[in-house]
Amino acid sequence: MSAPSSPLRSNRVLRVEDPDLLKGSGKFVDDMHLPGMLQAAFVRSPMGHAKVVSIDVSAALEVPGVHRVLTRDDLLPHLATEFIVVGLPSPAYKQDINRPALSGLEVVHVGEPVAIVLADNRYIAEDAAALVMVEYDPLPAVGDPREALKPGAPLVHSSSPHNLLAEFDMGYGDVDAAFASAPHVFKESLWQHRGGGHSIECRGDVAAYDPFSETLTLWSSTQTPHAGRSVLAGMLGWEEERIRVVTPDVGGGFGPKLIFYPEDVAVALAAYITGRPVKWIEDRREHFVATTQERDQYWDVEIAVDDNAKILGLRGSIVHDHGAYTARGVNLPYESAQTVTLAYEIPAYFMNVKLALTNKVPVTPVRGAGQPQGVFCMERMLDRVARELKLDRAEVRSRNLITAAQMPYTKPLKSRGGRQVVLDSGNYPACQADALAKAGLADFPARQAAARAEGRHIGLGFANFVKGTGRGPFEPVTVRVDPASGKVNVYSGATAMGQSTKTMFAQIVAEQLGGDISLINAKPGDTGSIAMGLGGFNSRLAVMAGSSAHLAAIKVRDKALLIASKVLKLPIEDLHLIGGRVEAKSDPSKSITLGQLAKSVAGVAGFVLPDGVTPGLEATEHFVVDDMAYANGCAAVEVEVDAETGGVHINKFVIAHDCGAVINPMVVDGQIVGAVAHGIGNALYEWMGFDDNCQPVTTNLGEYLLITAPEVPFIEVSHHESPTYLNPLGVKGVGECGVVPTAAAIMSAIEDALKEFNVFIAQTPITPGEIVAKIEAGRKSA
Amino acid sequence: MESRKITVTVNGQAHTRDVETRMTLADFLRHDLGMTGTHVGCEHGVCGACTILLDGRTARSCLTLAVQTDGHAIDTIEGMAPNPKDKTAPMHPLQEAFRDNHALQCGFCTPGMLTTIIELLRDNPEPSADEVRIAISGNLCRCTGYQTIVAATLDAAKRLKAEGRKP
Amino acid sequence: MKPPPFSYHDPRTVAEAVSLLSTLENPKLLAGGQSLMPMLNMRFVLPDHVIDLGKIDGLAYIREAPSKEGGNALEIGAMTRQRDIEFSELIAAKHPLLREGILNVGHRQTRNRGTIGGSLCHLDPAAEQVLVCLASDAIVTAAGPNGERAIPFREFPLAYMTPNLEPDEMLIGIKIPLWPAGHGYSFLEFARRHGDFAVVSVAALLDVDAGGIIKRAAVALGGVAAVPLRMDAVEARLVGQKASEELFRDAAEICRAIDAVADVHATVEYRQHLAAVLTRRALVQALAKVKR
Repeated sequence: MSAPSSPLRSNRVLRVEDPDLLKGSGKFVDDMHLPGMLQAAFVRSPMGHAKVVSIDVSAALEVPGVHRVLTRDDLLPHLATEFIVVGLPSPAYKQDINRPALSGLEVVHVGEPVAIVLADNRYIAEDAAALVMVEYDPLPAVGDPREALKPGAPLVHSSSPHNLLAEFDMGYGDVDAAFASAPHVFKESLWQHRGGGHSIECRGDVAAYDPFSETLTLWSSTQTPHAGRSVLAGMLGWEEERIRVVTPDVGGGFGPKLIFYPEDVAVALAAYITGRPVKWIEDRREHFVATTQERDQYWDVEIAVDDNAKILGLRGSIVHDHGAYTARGVNLPYESAQTVTLAYEIPAYFMNVKLALTNKVPVTPVRGAGQPQGVFCMERMLDRVARELKLDRAEVRSRNLITAAQMPYTKPLKSRGGRQVVLDSGNYPACQADALAKAGLADFPARQAAARAEGRHIGLGFANFVKGTGRGPFEPVTVRVDPASGKVNVYSGATAMGQSTKTMFAQIVAEQLGGDISLINAKPGDTGSIAMGLGGFNSRLAVMAGSSAHLAAIKVRDKALLIASKVLKLPIEDLHLIGGRVEAKSDPSKSITLGQLAKSVAGVAGFVLPDGVTPGLEATEHFVVDDMAYANGCAAVEVEVDAETGGVHINKFVIAHDCGAVINPMVVDGQIVGAVAHGIGNALYEWMGFDDNCQPVTTNLGEYLLITAPEVPFIEVSHHESPTYLNPLGVKGVGECGVVPTAAAIMSAIEDALKEFNVFIAQTPITPGEIVAKIEAGRKSA
Repeated sequence: MESRKITVTVNGQAHTRDVETRMTLADFLRHDLGMTGTHVGCEHGVCGACTILLDGRTARSCLTLAVQTDGHAIDTIEGMAPNPKDKTAPMHPLQEAFRDNHALQCGFCTPGMLTTIIELLRDNPEPSADEVRIAISGNLCRCTGYQTIVAATLDAAKRLKAEGRKP
Repeated sequence: MKPPPFSYHDPRTVAEAVSLLSTLENPKLLAGGQSLMPMLNMRFVLPDHVIDLGKIDGLAYIREAPSKEGGNALEIGAMTRQRDIEFSELIAAKHPLLREGILNVGHRQTRNRGTIGGSLCHLDPAAEQVLVCLASDAIVTAAGPNGERAIPFREFPLAYMTPNLEPDEMLIGIKIPLWPAGHGYSFLEFARRHGDFAVVSVAALLDVDAGGIIKRAAVALGGVAAVPLRMDAVEARLVGQKASEELFRDAAEICRAIDAVADVHATVEYRQHLAAVLTRRALVQALAKVKR
């Protein structure tokens, strides 16, 4: 099914997004200004858990320039339901815990919105928000998910019977038998933390209600406009037609912008209630307390191997911090548990997964979505096996990796949508060998010994990963030739948030329609221009929307040629598309532009269309695929650890990866490198901390450390291409891949650098102070 | 609210406005002057997205009050390209190098990166890769991992040298 | 994250500024704004009046002048931008420790605006300029309604982020007695990322005679405790001894007894450990830079 790549498609094509962004003429949501627009600020809970006794807005209303302050009571009359129901379906739920638009009865995390203040500008809105008097009656809070599941723990919601949000088991084979007879069993407890999304643009909305057409428009910095429209329509009890959600330029997504938030509802309703446009731009402090995060998972795992380090089984349990509400569902730990086994042959597997409610901001995917944790678990266990059995780490992997000859390889696992997990293509051992060769494994022992002689500690580590990409079932795309301009418009619910989506569309569509990228006008992320869509997440857009665009463009091309043959009275075989026109191969003076062709089928009252041609030069495709395309790779990293300060310096980072056919190698490199940097941040810097009362302790960018340029090494990317048979382009997703193996590879490298101290790292992130403590402990035990 | 009349020269053009004295320069540029190319990412001086040139030197416009810039000259991203409205006209060599090296993805940090690098190239026309990394250490980018920004800066330095141009 | 309402004042003279300080309720001085503005944006401080020192002439200078205490001193105006300190050839030649320290201060953009006086008065315990002033026995001058007052820097930090200034006083200048030419110096810090406030920082100065005997030593530690610390005990252990790695290691171990603070980035034990490690390294580095 995969098509050969064309010069246009597999080339390093410069991005169509760039000129506007480089000249300061991008259009982000905060760049919008509508006449009469009010600016919003939210009043938020300062407590981890409390009853709301009363809310007094009178002082706030007296501030000059303040127009309204809306609380839950003001919103309720306009809502069919006050709850934002966004959890993905699963039989694993023990309870439904959905967020209200504004909280008015009980607040369950710091940052939960309880009122929205509308004023002439944001300065005044913040002045007034500070004057909204909310009386709280504090309740006990619980932040550690393991504590939350213990009997007698404080209840996250006082109306819940317990804090277990969901529980499920995953696995196959006779795992107990495998362990019972195994010659070697090794056990570890892992703590894995990931942080916030921290797109440099925070969230934001502008909403306007038009009483004439009775429609509400919400411009939102979201990854999922269609889902947003659907949720909002459901909550308001309106027809979806009355709501349009538009994504302007989005300054980064990274996961948290994929869901619909209380603020989105409140801003939309505020515009409806006041009759004035309303803008709310999240500030960074709000981003820390109100935007979803990925946080803690606690793993207890054991691995069974034979004397040759062949894996016999793996089993364990995960406790997952879910936060205070369901903002996406069970998907995160599901992906964590599923990712563990993907790259390797594991005869028996069992994982029990518990999702614990905590009094903290809800958890949703951040770039990587649980999968780095699965890889971390597997790779840490394999390093342990290598160390215990005194075998080479690469050799242990090689004995267990699934090989190219075994592809497609059926895993006895089901995706969260119930589909069989089938690894479609890839050469995992080749990626490992390539990454290790490029990282200089061959002479590393000599270099390590030489460094050690100088008192320096260098180490080499690596990790394999396999990641499901291109989540289905579909992402519709319309390709339409504009009769007036002759430009080709591309519409989709696929949202652009920096991953070069417009360029991807332009390349794929131009390939079929004459090769001129400047004629393609991609307008993704507007519910007003295409009926259905899912949005941008799970490394899916090139796979899903790209395939739809490809098929739609072929249809438009075929139709253009058909119409042209009628109009020019030439056989189709003599025609081809060049630039914006159809031209006769035999006589290039005979041609017709795409615009003229579109006009000829746009319809003139009473006149017939050319024989056999249907109306409109356009096509909509809903390429459907249910199976995931599995990308893979291996990251290898060399670090130097200052054994006195615990400082880690990355000397070299190589990632060999395979995302199938490549549409634009420049863009793929950019996605991989950016995601690796994110992964380095997860391994060594990012930590979202809370104290015992569930107060966040890292709420500014001085305390919460995002990686900066000096800490990022040069990252070498090596492309492998194993096209998938699952879609006509042969592509797999790439946006998240670089994150997935990075923390595991770095911990492996630190351990290798410090092997004389017998350091084992069972956590991410790790701080310099913790490294020093481990060295000290190792020294003492030696 | 207390306000003052100020005159600020932005990209060579003088603007006189009454501003609330507590208004940040970032908000003044974006909302009062409608120059939305300067972005706001953290409002506490860490992310660098709001970096502008104040009398030729970079400054965080979120950490500067508009009223402090009365009588001063500011350069923003909107003033970099010679013919910003012309879609086909060449941009500043640094902007061209950013595009050619894929030094931006979502583009939100880009205005602050560009202004920061302009100052770097004025101070140090031929920086090393490490010097570029230090120079942009006060600018956060969540998309690129900085690698292509470093490459674009080195490329721009070469272009400027070849053209005999100052940044 | 917008500043709260306040009245803005931009005096043209020190006297005018002091008069505003003495008469206005709840005022706050605005120097380079790199610490105050974030605190305003986060509404951690809510002043009724902001007094901008940016339009006062004569507070930005770097010069060398004879000192009353003998020898020459470096004189720096309180409103001197950190950038100008960084690029000052005089400072690079005469007080290289200050230049080394300043390179660790924030980023280009913040050094362009930030002032030395602003940093000293903000008095973050991990601030580099504070540490250099403490190690170098700087004398700061404050102006108040009753004239000027000289304050030895050892007496300047009173408590966590609390300078020894009356509510109606403002810092106007810093005087740093110069060490003899060829002295050894080192500024080292361990920060999580480039440009961050240090987890622990150390400033060290050494004067060593031709026989390798330490004539004078100054060691100051930042980030370890609520205020920056001058390590008298370490200095006492060094002076009169022959400089050697063993001596430095031995002296630096004294730092493990510091009453250190913990925060989200580091435990007490880790700070004590870093203090000892960095002090030893700084002394080694300072000795290597001694030119006789």
